[in-house]
Amino acid sequence: MIEHFSYIVTVFLMVAGLYVVIARGNLIKKLVGLSIFQTSVYLLYIAPGKLIGGTAPILAPQYGIYSNPLPHVLILTAIVVGIATLALGLALAVRIREVYGTIEEDEILALDHQVEAAQEPRGEQREEKGA
Amino acid sequence: MALAVVVLARTRNLFAVVVLSGLYSFLMATVLLALDAVDVAMTEAAVGAGVSTVLLLGALHLCKSEEAKPAHRPWLPLALASVTALVLIYGAMGLPDFADPQAPIHQHVVPRYLQNEVDVPNVVTAVLASFRGYDTLGETTVVFTAGAGIIALLRRPGRRARVEEAPPCADLLLRLIGKLLIPFVLLFALYVQFHGDYGPGGGFQAGVIFASGIVFYALIFGVENARRVMPDRLVERMIAAGVLLYLGVGVAGLLLGGNFLDYFVLDPDPVHGQHRGIFWVEVGVLITVCGVMLKIFYMFASRGRGEERG
Repeated sequence: MIEHFSYIVTVFLMVAGLYVVIARGNLIKKLVGLSIFQTSVYLLYIAPGKLIGGTAPILAPQYGIYSNPLPHVLILTAIVVGIATLALGLALAVRIREVYGTIEEDEILALDHQVEAAQEPRGEQREEKGA
Repeated sequence: MALAVVVLARTRNLFAVVVLSGLYSFLMATVLLALDAVDVAMTEAAVGAGVSTVLLLGALHLCKSEEAKPAHRPWLPLALASVTALVLIYGAMGLPDFADPQAPIHQHVVPRYLQNEVDVPNVVTAVLASFRGYDTLGETTVVFTAGAGIIALLRRPGRRARVEEAPPCADLLLRLIGKLLIPFVLLFALYVQFHGDYGPGGGFQAGVIFASGIVFYALIFGVENARRVMPDRLVERMIAAGVLLYLGVGVAGLLLGGNFLDYFVLDPDPVHGQHRGIFWVEVGVLITVCGVMLKIFYMFASRGRGEERG
C-alpha cells in the first residue's frame, strides 16, 4: 500500500479536478478544475522517475544515481503548453461573457433555449408565407 | 495540498479560488522538487503560481468574480468521481512500486541519455533540445497556435482598442521595489536561459520568467508604459520568429547534409555542433514562449470592462 502512495495522491487530485469540472457550472471554475487535473498528470509522470538515493539529472562526477530525466522533459513542455491552452480557454470564457453576459453554464443554456424558442415560430411563419 | 484542493472545490468566491490555485501550484512545485525534477519545479513555480494567477485574475476582472449557487445536487458527479477513483486505484496497484529501480521506465532509452553523448551536463536540456527535438518543435508550435488562437478570439478588427487606463500605481514603495527587482528578474531569466546546459533551466522557463518580469513592470507602471518597452508589433513578430528560428536550425541541418534537426553536422566537431544546435533551439523556444505569454497578457489587459457591452 505504502509503495503505491504516490499513485493514490495522484488519483485523488485527478478525481478532485474531474469533480470540479463536472459539478461546477462556472466556466472559470471549470478551467481551474481542469488545471488541477493537469497537475495530477504531472505527478503521475514525475513520481515513477524518482529513485531513492538518486539526485536531479544534472551530471556531475560525484553522483552515480540520477532520477529519470525523460518524464521531466515531457512534463516541462506540458506545463507551458498547459498554460497556453488555459489562456485560450480563458479567452473563450471572456468572449462568451461578452456575448451572453454570463459565464454560468446553466444560464448560457437557458439563453440558448430562449433564442431557439423565439426563432422557431418565426421560421414556421416564413415557410407558410413561402408556400 | 489535498486540503487546498478540497477548499478550492467548495469555495464560490472565484477570487479566493484563484489565490488558492496559486498556493496549490507552489505546493506542487515543492513536491516536484522533492522528486528531483528541478527543471519541472522551476517551470511550475513560474507558470502555475506566477503567470496563470495573473491571467486568471485578468479574466476575472472581465467577468463576475462570484460563482452562482449550483443548480443541482452534486451527488451524481461525486458518485461518478468516486467510482473513477476506485477504478484508477485498482489499476494503480498493478503498477511498479514507487522508486523501484527495476521499473520499465528506467530500462528503455534512459541509460543512453545518461551517458552524456552530447556533453551537456543537464540531461533534461539535452533530451529536450537534442534527442527529442521533434517533440519540442511540436510543443513550441502548439504554444504558437494557442497564441494565434487567442489573438483571433480577442482582437477587434479595425477598431483600435479604446483603453481606459487606470492611473499607474502611485505607491512609492511599490515603484521603488519594482525598479530594484525587475532588472534582476530579467537578468535571472537570461541566466536561466544560457546556463540551462549546466544547471536547471532552458528556453521554456526563461521565456516565462522574462515575460513575468515585463508583466510585473506592466502591473506597477501601467500597461501603456510596458507597451512602450515591448510594443505589440514586436511581441507578435517574436511569436512567429521563435518557431521560424527553430525550424531554421532544422533546415540548416538538412542543408549541411544531415537529417532534419540533426545538430551533428552544424560544426566540424560534432559535439560543438550539438551545443550550437541546442543553443539556437533554446533561443527559439525562449522567443516564442516569451512572446506568447506577453501577447496573452496584453490581450487580457487591453479589454476594459466598460466597453464589452457595445
